[in-house]
Parts: sequence; structure tokens; C-alpha cells
Amino acid sequence: MTSEAYAQASTYLIAAATVVLAIAFVAHVAEWALARGADEEPTSASVAAGIGRSVTVLALLILLAGVVTRGLAAGRVPWGNMYEFGCAAVVLMLVAYLVLMRRWGRAIDWTGAAVTGIGTVVLGASMLVYVPAGPLVPALHSYWLVIHVFAAMLAGAAFVIGAIASAAYLLKSRNPAGFSRLPSATRLDEIAFKVNAFAFPIWTFAALISGPIWAQYAWGRYWGWDPKEVWAFITWVVYAGYLHARATAGWKGRAAAILCLVGFATFVFNFIGVNLFVGGLHSYAK
Amino acid sequence: MSGAATDAPELSRREFARWMWRQVTSMRTALLLLLLLALVAIPGSVLPQASVDARAVEAYRLAHPELAPWLDRLGLFHTYTSVWFSAVYLLLMVSLVGCIVPRTIAYAKAYAARPPNAPANFSRMPASSVHQVDVPDVDAAVQRARNVLGRARIDVRERDGVTELSAESGQLREFGNLVFHLAVVGVLVGVAVGSLYGYRGAVVVTEGDDFSNVLTQYDDFASGALFDREALPPFAIHLDAVDARFQLTGPQRGAPRSFAARGTWSVGTSADQEKSFDIRVNHPLKIGRTSVFLIGQGYAPVFKVTDAEGEVVFEDAVPFLPADATYTSSGVVKVPDAQPEGLGFQGFFLPTAITVGDDKAPISAFPAAANPLVGLFVFRGDLGLDTGRPQSVFMLDKTRLTQLENKDGTPLRVSLSPGQVADLPGGGSIQFVEVRQFARLQVSSSPFAWLPLGATILGVGGLVLSLLIRPRRTWVRVSRTVIEVAALDRITRGGGDLDDHVRRVAEAVLPSPGQEET
Ligand code: HEM
Repeated sequence: MTSEAYAQASTYLIAAATVVLAIAFVAHVAEWALARGADEEPTSASVAAGIGRSVTVLALLILLAGVVTRGLAAGRVPWGNMYEFGCAAVVLMLVAYLVLMRRWGRAIDWTGAAVTGIGTVVLGASMLVYVPAGPLVPALHSYWLVIHVFAAMLAGAAFVIGAIASAAYLLKSRNPAGFSRLPSATRLDEIAFKVNAFAFPIWTFAALISGPIWAQYAWGRYWGWDPKEVWAFITWVVYAGYLHARATAGWKGRAAAILCLVGFATFVFNFIGVNLFVGGLHSYAK
Repeated sequence: MSGAATDAPELSRREFARWMWRQVTSMRTALLLLLLLALVAIPGSVLPQASVDARAVEAYRLAHPELAPWLDRLGLFHTYTSVWFSAVYLLLMVSLVGCIVPRTIAYAKAYAARPPNAPANFSRMPASSVHQVDVPDVDAAVQRARNVLGRARIDVRERDGVTELSAESGQLREFGNLVFHLAVVGVLVGVAVGSLYGYRGAVVVTEGDDFSNVLTQYDDFASGALFDREALPPFAIHLDAVDARFQLTGPQRGAPRSFAARGTWSVGTSADQEKSFDIRVNHPLKIGRTSVFLIGQGYAPVFKVTDAEGEVVFEDAVPFLPADATYTSSGVVKVPDAQPEGLGFQGFFLPTAITVGDDKAPISAFPAAANPLVGLFVFRGDLGLDTGRPQSVFMLDKTRLTQLENKDGTPLRVSLSPGQVADLPGGGSIQFVEVRQFARLQVSSSPFAWLPLGATILGVGGLVLSLLIRPRRTWVRVSRTVIEVAALDRITRGGGDLDDHVRRVAEAVLPSPGQEET
């Protein structure tokens, strides 16, 4: 296949994956609607849940094919600009979700609606910053791109799930009797912690090890307070605050969960806001 | 139970409370300072910073003349060296050191000490179980407990036919946590030392020109307080060519593809020992502990200016600053020696000029120099170079200059392609001789970079231990008729499997399944 053919295929596959993921989202929403008010989960709800899960796996496979063909079309790793970063990050998020499903089962399967919903939105938004497949600007010609950006995406994929769990914690802790589909508040807090505890060292590696090493090669300084670096640092500090908060009387629980959401918001802002509105050396939107 | 036995846990509970109190107070401070640090870092990402882009700061000052002096007063153009930012992170460091020193001492003591005695009343522990069973062989049961507890530190005491086993596991967690926090200090010290002894300078070098590493040759130079500016390592660079490639076809037409600067370098005066270099983005030239980076490139049209008396008063390449992705560049030519009056030119360079309409100025369609064109406005008078005030090479001080005009009063603009000459009203001429390219090179040395790097890597190692390992105390009390198990997590991370743990230990210790529980 020529690189044009790969590029064409990739664009179709990613568009298809977006639609399929949206269907998975609808199935999960149906599951919630059907389970509403029922003490025991009705079979219709679990059928919807099953459909949601299978369709999610299908979406992941199509998306993965889209990302791989994108890499083949461009002749490099498929995470060199915002569009590709968005698509690849959704792959990692879905993988993280499915891996956690295998490990924790019931404790995590309720995230299906949120994960597929967020994935659909991220894919749709990525298309708004679509750029045709092609080589990269010279600053990105580095194998540190592969390592640094991959680590950032992996941490991001986990941060998403941590944020979902923390948001659910806030709902559940306000109304412990409601939201019967959700695990207990304690369990939600634990899930958020575990996922963030996985993500935080990876984020440290992405933001404070591989990033500075690359910056040293590219710009001759390992840290320069470029807007992207500033926000990576802010995210790191807020998540450090979150981990502290979980061990601090008066901050455990709700305050910690809010910090987790704030940390996630700073991560999202760094990805979207800094690329599109603030600028700086790291602007790789196009 | 004797009275003495109940005293011990009372005391340790009081100690525990005191320890907790210390922990709570200082942890809260640390937390608030962390959040404050995140907050005070924000302005530096929104406002231009002098250390990142001095020109952007100037532009901001011009655009916001009312606001800028206030921002200046608050140090907001130097956020990361400002008093308030420094205050927050220094406080955080004080809090950090004040926190880890006692914790390190406590850790060392606890490591040497025996695991704590079993509490008198197991049921007060977060997880416990009691089993009324016949225990034919107490020692064997204790041995089974040892086995199931694996690598924990274990202490066994026997009194009045009751054997108590205390186990402490996961001490590496505290170790990892201390390593991580120490590493944070290490990173800060490393960054501070590095910036005290480091330097960084930038210089624009045009094709065919030389650069030697002395202070006067730099356009910008910044160094740490302890760096000896006279001790710049001696080397010289000759730039042969700048090679900039752009995408020629397809939807990404015009996107940069590769930049390279090629030439030769030599150390000291031994010009015979020249070595060639090929600096590309991400591939700096290393000369000892100094690195030379290619951080920008652009066009430097060569001009030749003849004054009204027929003398060639200027012949040189003039770097024009690229302003957009098509390398539409702006610059000025200053000819103070022209007679009878100084000449100044200000205008644009377009690498691939195209016309878009009869009355409109041409624009650049592509970043490579396929159809170069300069358009210049002409000024005559005193350029102000003798006033002693520093002037930017990219701006004309127009206070004592008059702009030349056409007969109809519109500003005179000369447009030149390479080789073309334009005569100036009142005598003299300007020729656009040829196009050269310039490279913007950054020369820098980041000493002690291994220190923050090593500390961060160590810190991540500590962090992983700290987040993964769960420190736990387990107690097993065995007599001939009762087996009791209790456990306590030193750090509660919500939910958890403490009950599972107690069940698992109990199952292992019980003589044989089936005859338990009351
Ligand atoms: C630069 C500032 C600091 C940063 C970036 C930082 C970061 C962290 C992180 C990421 C953790 C989570 C690791 C874990 O749970 O084991 C943590 C835990 C901890 N930090 Fe800090 N910390 C800082 C300052 C401090 C200070 C000043 C104190 C003194 C009170 C402190 C005391 C602790 C303690 C006691 C824990 C363990 C919490 C637990 O039991 O889970 N830290 N810190």
C-alpha cells in the first residue's frame, strides 16, 4: 500500500471507530436507564452492558488499526501532533479500561459510560484539529518524542479513569443511598487512588525526566518555564497535593477527590488550552 | 491480664496521638504550600516572561502601557525568580526538610527496634479474629504464622504459656517515601547549583561569517552568579551554510522539514585543527562541556549602499527576523556614515514573493527563497547611534529621521530583487546584492545536570516503593486453647484487604480446618 492509501484508510478507520465508540456509549447509557430504580439489576440492563462492552472492544480494534495505519502513512510513530495524540490517547484509555475490567470487574465496569463518552468526545474533538499525515517539524525529530509523549499519554489515560472515579466518589459520598450502580464511596476513593498512584510516577517520568532530557537536546536547557512546562509542573504539583491530601486529616475524602479533578483539569488544559491558546515552543497543534 | 500489660498500649496510643498530631499539622502546611506553589506558577504561563522571550515582554509593554508598570512592580515578567514565587518554594523546602529530618531519624530508630508488642485487646484493632480451638502444638502454630507472614520482621515472645508474635512488614514504604522527599531537595539543589555555574548565550551568525566564544560576540548572554564570564571556553566557529528544507508538495506544503547549520570549528588559536560540524535541531555540537544548538534560522539579505558622494558606505548581510511561517521577515539597515546625512532603511524580506493585486503589497507564498524580494522604506537624518543609548539592531530610532516620500506625498518604498539597484532621491543608491541565510545559535553549558536528573530518577524509584508497598503490623497470639489474629495498616488507603489478610493468616495458623470459631 502507498502512504496515501494508508493515510486514507487511517482517516476512515478513525472516523468509523468514533461512530462505533459512540454506539458503545449509547449502550452504556441504556444500561443505566434500564437499571434505574431497580434493586436487582434487570437482565435488560446487563444485556445492554454486555453490548456496550463488546462494542467498546470493537471500537478499540478499529481505532488501533486507524492509529497503526496513520503511523505507516507518516512513516513514524503516530503521536506527533494534536490529532494523533488525541487518537492514540483514546487507544490507551480504552486499553487501560479493559485491563482494569479484567482485574477489578464489578468495581470498575460502571465507568463504561464515562469512558466511552469521553473517548467519543476526544476523538470527535481530535478531528477538529485534523492534519494530513506527514513528516514532523524538525524539533520533533527525536526518539525522545516516542518515549516522552507515550509516557504522557499513558499517564493521561490513567488520570482520566482516576478523575471518573473521583467524580463518582463525590456523587456517591453526597448521596450514599443513591447511584446503586456505583461501588461504595470507600471503594471509589480506593480506585481513584490506585489509578492515580500508577499514573503519578509515569507523569513524573514524562514531565520531569524525559521532557527535560529532550529539552536539553533540543533547546540547550532542561527546564525553561515554557507554558507547556509550567502546566506540566502544575499538574504534577496538584497530584502531589492530592496524594498528600489523602493522608491529611480534614482533606481526606471530598477535598482529595476535588484535588484529583483539579489535577485532571490542569492536565486537560495543558493539552488543549496551551496548544491552542497560549503557544510557546511546544505548540504542536499543527 | 496484668495491669502492666494494659499500660503499654495506653502509652503507645498517647505517643501515636502525638505523632499523629505532628503529622497532621505539618502535612497540612505542606499541602497548602504545594497548592499555593501550583497557583503562583500560573501567571508565568499566561504573561510573557523575560527569561523566555524578552521581545514578547517588550511587545506586551507597548500594548498595555497602563498595566505593564503594575505587572513589573509585582515581578510578573520574572515570575519564576520573583520574591513571592521564591518565598513559596523556599517555605516548602523548609517545611520539607523540617519534615524529613525527624522522619529519617524516627525511621532509623524504628528499623533497629523490635516490632511493637501486641496490643492487649485485639478486638480494638481494625481487623481481628478470635478462634477457640485446641492447639496441640503451640510452637508449630507459631511456625505456621511465620511462614505465612513471609518476609516481615518478626518478633516472638512467650509469657505464661501464651506466645505472642508481632510482625512488621513493608518498612520499605517509609524508606521509599523518604528517598522521594530527599530527592525533591536534591533536584532543587541541583537546579540551583547548575544555574549558578551555567551560562547561555545566543548569537546570529550569517553564512560565511565567524563566531568566537567571547562575551562581546553575543547578542544575548546570561550566566549564573558564580560563573566567571572571562573564563568562557575558547573556541571559534565558521558557518559555511544553513540548510533549511520545507515540504514542497501536498497539504503540508511549506511546513519545515529539516534545519541544519554546517561549518567548521576549532579550539583556541590552532586553526589547523579544524573539525567540521553539522548541527541540526536535537543534534547539538558538543565542544567539551559546552553545547552549540541551532535554535532558529532565517534570511540575511546582503545590501550595498552608496551615498550621495559616490562612496560605498555599507556592504554587509543584514539578518531579517522571520515573523511568520512563510518567513515574511522584517529588518532594518542602518548606514550612519552616509554623507551628507545618515541613511536608514526599514522593511520586509519575502523569500517567495507573489503579487495578490495591483495596489496591494506583495506577500510571501513559501518559506524557501524561490523569488526573494525586499521592500524598504527610506529614512534620512541622525540615526541616534552616537547617543550612547543602546539600540536594537532590528529597530530604527526615528526621532531625528525624516522619511523620504514620493512626489505625491506617499511614503517612498523601494522594491528590489537580488542584483537590482534603486537610486535614492537626493543622490545615492541601494543594491540588494544577494540572499544569504543566518543561523541563530545558542551556546550553553548546563553543569551539574546529572544532579537533578539522578535525583529525579532516584525519586521516582522511591515514589514507586512508597506508593506500592503497604506497611502493615500483624499480631498472632497463640495459647493451648485460643488463637487470636489482628492486623493494622499503618497507612490506610481506603477499603483494602485487611480483613482478607487476617482471614488468610488465621487459616494458615489454625491447626486444621473445621474446628474453629465461636
Ligand atoms: C516539595 C514538596 C513535596 C512534594 C512534591 C511531596 C510529594 C509527595 C508525594 C507525591 C507523596 C505520595 C507518596 C506516598 O503516598 O507515599 C507524598 C507523601 C507524603 N509526604 Fe510529601 N511532598 C512534599 C513535601 C512534604 C512535606 C513538607 C511533608 C511534611 C509534612 C511531607 C510529608 C509527606 C508524608 C508524611 C507522606 C506520606 C503520606 C501517606 O501517608 O500516604 N511531604 N509526598
